Amino acid sequence: MIYSRIAGTGSYLPEKFLTNVDLESMVETSDEWITDRTGIKKRHIVASDETTTDLAYYAAKNAISAAELKPRDIDMIIVATTTPTRIFPSTAALVQEKLGIHGCPAFDIQAVCTGFVYALTVADKFIKSGSAKNVLVIGAETLSRIVDWTDRNTCVLFGDGAGAVVLQASAEPGILSTHIHCDGSFNNLLHVPTGPGSAITEDPAYIEMQGNDVFKVAVKTLSKIVDETLEANQLDKHDIDWLIPHQANIRIIAATAKKLSMSMDSVVVTVQDHGNTSAASIPLALDVAVRDGRIKRGETLLLEAFGGGFTWGSALIKF
Amino acid sequence: MSDIEARVKEIVVEQLGVNADEVTADASFIDDLGADSLDTVELVMALEEAFECEIPDEEAEKITTVKEAVAYINSVQS
Repeated sequence: MIYSRIAGTGSYLPEKFLTNVDLESMVETSDEWITDRTGIKKRHIVASDETTTDLAYYAAKNAISAAELKPRDIDMIIVATTTPTRIFPSTAALVQEKLGIHGCPAFDIQAVCTGFVYALTVADKFIKSGSAKNVLVIGAETLSRIVDWTDRNTCVLFGDGAGAVVLQASAEPGILSTHIHCDGSFNNLLHVPTGPGSAITEDPAYIEMQGNDVFKVAVKTLSKIVDETLEANQLDKHDIDWLIPHQANIRIIAATAKKLSMSMDSVVVTVQDHGNTSAASIPLALDVAVRDGRIKRGETLLLEAFGGGFTWGSALIKF
Repeated sequence: MSDIEARVKEIVVEQLGVNADEVTADASFIDDLGADSLDTVELVMALEEAFECEIPDEEAEKITTVKEAVAYINSVQS
């Protein structure tokens, strides 16, 4: 049996960031309002000449070094993104070029905030089937480019960044299981209402969200997927060392942890520093906690995400 | 006080982190007990779980006090 394991992690944040106080001068809001409802204190924002490819590339380089590999060892690249650099080719193709490697399959996955869990799932299947040995899995976003900076309900929530892992074939697990889902009937609650293939309309190309509805479905769905994941592995919630949730909102994270009766000490929280970076948030949080020494080899990690679609998913991993 | 009312008060105290004596039948979750919009969503979810019912959004919006919550739960349970 071939398993896949995380050989290395990496991340990258653009230099510039906006604090809640900065936002107070842009829209009618306050540090207190944003902190109480979201837990976010600052979010990083790309420079005008920076692209999703750049963020993905820096995160990838860090992950490849952490795995003690060279770019030429990579035999597949998957980028989870909602904000690709170009409509086409894929951001994965552009990252491949920057890494100076040629020929290996490279493609993007779009599952919004669940994108990284989807990408990890696909990479795991390729490794388990013997078709790939070192897959670069990246979540990278420049959400600041699709945010309506005049909408105080959404512009305070999102940030830019990238996280990456190298998933490697191994005799030992590794990824114990992944679980991914979608229910497209919720598509209008959290979306950008237009795209390159939509009918010609006046709809804006910005994120729109029904916050309270999303919150309610997210909390219910996330506790269900955690149960599904534990059951599939015949594990108990006490067997989880670290919960690494998608970083959308501290209130969703806290409500999920509470339903799991998990102490917040076992939850990796970066939303205060990063905001919601969609597909990048889980690999970013993972890399932060690996590099600061909290997450150690051999520990059991539960990754979970929820996002537009709605999509949702989880991964149980022996690190 | 009915069992339902006592249970609703207990849930309000826990979800909103307020003192039991502040939670009168007519106290408004938002105006008197300091709840924000996400608190009210969480409160409704906790009521749904405790009383094993689904509270549709249009009904949930009308539940702003303990008295209204108790009345709604009585109406679906009878």
